[in-house]
Amino acid sequence: MALDKLKKALGKTRSILNTRVEDLFVPGKTLEEEDLELLEEALIVADVGVEATENIIEHLKVAAREQKIPPGGPLAILETEIRKMVDEYEDPAPWRPTEKPHVILLVGVNGTGKTTTAGKLAKYINDKGGKSLLAASDTFRAAANEQLAIWSERSGADIVRSVDGADPASVAFDAVSKAISGGYDAVIVDTAGRLHTKVNLMEELKKIARVCGKKLPGAPHDIFLVLDATTGNNGINQARLFEEVIGITGIILTKLDSTAKGGIALAIMRELNIPVRLVGVGEKIDDLIEFDSASFAAGLFED
Amino acid sequence: MFEQLTEKIETVFRGLTSRGRLSEDNIKGALKEVRRALLSADVNFKVTKEFIARVQERAVGRDVLESITPGQQFIKIIHDELVDLLGGLAPNIELPHKTPTNIMLVGLQGSGKTTSAGKLARFFAKRQFKPILVACDIHRPAAARQLEIVANNAGYPSIMFEEGEKPSEVARRAQFEARQFGCDLAIHDTAGRLHIDRDMMAEARELYDEINPDLVLLVLDAMTGQEAVSVGEAFTSELGVDGFLLTKLDGDARGGAALSLRQVTGKPVLFVGVGEKLDALERFHPDRMAGRILGMGDVVTLVEKAEQTFDEKRAKELEKKLRKQTFDFNDFRDQLKQLKNMGPIDDILAMIPGMKKSMLKGIQVDDGATKRIEAIINSMTPSERAKPGSIDGSRRKRIARGSGTSVQEVNRLLKQFFEMQKMFKKMGRIKKFAMPPGFGL
Repeated sequence: MALDKLKKALGKTRSILNTRVEDLFVPGKTLEEEDLELLEEALIVADVGVEATENIIEHLKVAAREQKIPPGGPLAILETEIRKMVDEYEDPAPWRPTEKPHVILLVGVNGTGKTTTAGKLAKYINDKGGKSLLAASDTFRAAANEQLAIWSERSGADIVRSVDGADPASVAFDAVSKAISGGYDAVIVDTAGRLHTKVNLMEELKKIARVCGKKLPGAPHDIFLVLDATTGNNGINQARLFEEVIGITGIILTKLDSTAKGGIALAIMRELNIPVRLVGVGEKIDDLIEFDSASFAAGLFED
Repeated sequence: MFEQLTEKIETVFRGLTSRGRLSEDNIKGALKEVRRALLSADVNFKVTKEFIARVQERAVGRDVLESITPGQQFIKIIHDELVDLLGGLAPNIELPHKTPTNIMLVGLQGSGKTTSAGKLARFFAKRQFKPILVACDIHRPAAARQLEIVANNAGYPSIMFEEGEKPSEVARRAQFEARQFGCDLAIHDTAGRLHIDRDMMAEARELYDEINPDLVLLVLDAMTGQEAVSVGEAFTSELGVDGFLLTKLDGDARGGAALSLRQVTGKPVLFVGVGEKLDALERFHPDRMAGRILGMGDVVTLVEKAEQTFDEKRAKELEKKLRKQTFDFNDFRDQLKQLKNMGPIDDILAMIPGMKKSMLKGIQVDDGATKRIEAIINSMTPSERAKPGSIDGSRRKRIARGSGTSVQEVNRLLKQFFEMQKMFKKMGRIKKFAMPPGFGL
């Protein structure tokens, strides 16, 4: 589904390398070294990462030796793996009406699309019948607050604004307070982009989360790492450090409408057990869709 | 920046040098590790393949096998190839003085164009230009406002687009208005766009045709994966990109894109962004970067940075202290302020030859905490500063009281300081690579 939307949105013509990769794994066929090299290239080029690629290839070698390659070939294996990861979580819904208000923190490095995603996520929740509130906790980047205000207009979600340089935690606190008293279903906290290696900035993030929990025990209910699909191997470092510092409950993979495959998300899912929840596929407000493991796996092998 | 890659290749070389004479087989094994390291660093798959093939061709020849120190020769081959791949000598950026000279920034969404626009303004303002920032991003909400704030904070004028104006129209207007502001360098910030988005690429082309820019920079995130190459190719062929500006290199991205971009497009990486502050923009030095990749550190950049911040004598003193391990709290305090001006302290440490990321583990240098550290050091007596080992429990209590901090904080600082001393000692023990004459920095 995601891919259909992608293709339509951009009118891209993609030749499917897919069949070629699948042909390699006909039951009974012995795997040649060059077959595996072809698959390795496909995975590396999709940014799946060296380590994950090596693991997958190893996995396939074993499966081939034991004649356990399923009819769908490597694609089916990958998809099963991804699905396992996603299903491990009891309730993968990005927004749950059972939490009122459901507090969501958006975190990530600079330029991944947090503010845009915040606007789209507000619309996504409103479309599902919720009433969402945006919190402009990015008080560092110039005009981030104004940018989010425009998304608030577009999505019809209310916003707790801030001024540049204000304390981001206090903005989040105000938003959670307002959500409780105003009967909102969800609070989406947009935070400033920060490199995962900057210790003090990561500490600031902890404080934002802590303050949310102070106002509302259990909050934030979700902390989503917003990850740019064009990111390479560094994506794993990002996910690992954000996970270590504040704990990530899911990934929102943005800019999948580019030719990037976002394969590093697969490596993150495998290595850190963090599922992808939502996918950004364009700049319009409705361009945020639920993650679909089948089309994601298929997309990895498309050219 | 490239520490992890350095580490990996160093591991390869350690294995090699200890084995003495090379065989065809162990070159292959080493190359496999180099290949893995390059791919992990997000160097493009094809570029990696070509690189490995080239190195193999040269390594398996007599150069290596018949030489006396094959390990060194192998390092030299990798080094030379890397310098080659990175673009050889650093190109000079010579912009003509026009009325105005035009720079155009292009790139994907979120690569850091607007932030870089401010940094470039500062960079060229130091080089006898009077910059003005032109907001040609009519798409992203509040992008123009962001640029305006960046310009204001930096003290440069800016030109906003008016309702209904196309980017090319803003740029055309800027040609006249820049002069009215007394400016001779118009930096055009454009909207982020996908290289496969035909409409958006056409829009950028229209802007290009309008101003016929003197310098087109593709701004690319250093964390970009395999995509870097197709992004670089598309923008270069459609918008005449002259060079690249690689952003966010202050993180732990290995920036393999720097290696690929040049190789595939033939255009140089001109700048690197190394922080969120206005002056966190540096020239890209391919030769130094290759040295860094090979674990020879980035001494030149370190010295250059030090020279900008310190006077020369002080810089030499610091280097001597670091090398001779007579670095005490007096020096620590003296240098702290100036070090702060040089950027994050762990970045500085990472530039020192022989320094590896693993050595920096456990030494968290938090720039925000420097004020408290200064307070603690100020509360020590001169003899305590000279001999930190003498600071016992009761002295720690006194220092904590005097500095308005806690004993825990004093303990932490002392622990970090001792670890730092240990690390400098370790560095002193690391033998410099025995390089062939004329090779090295």
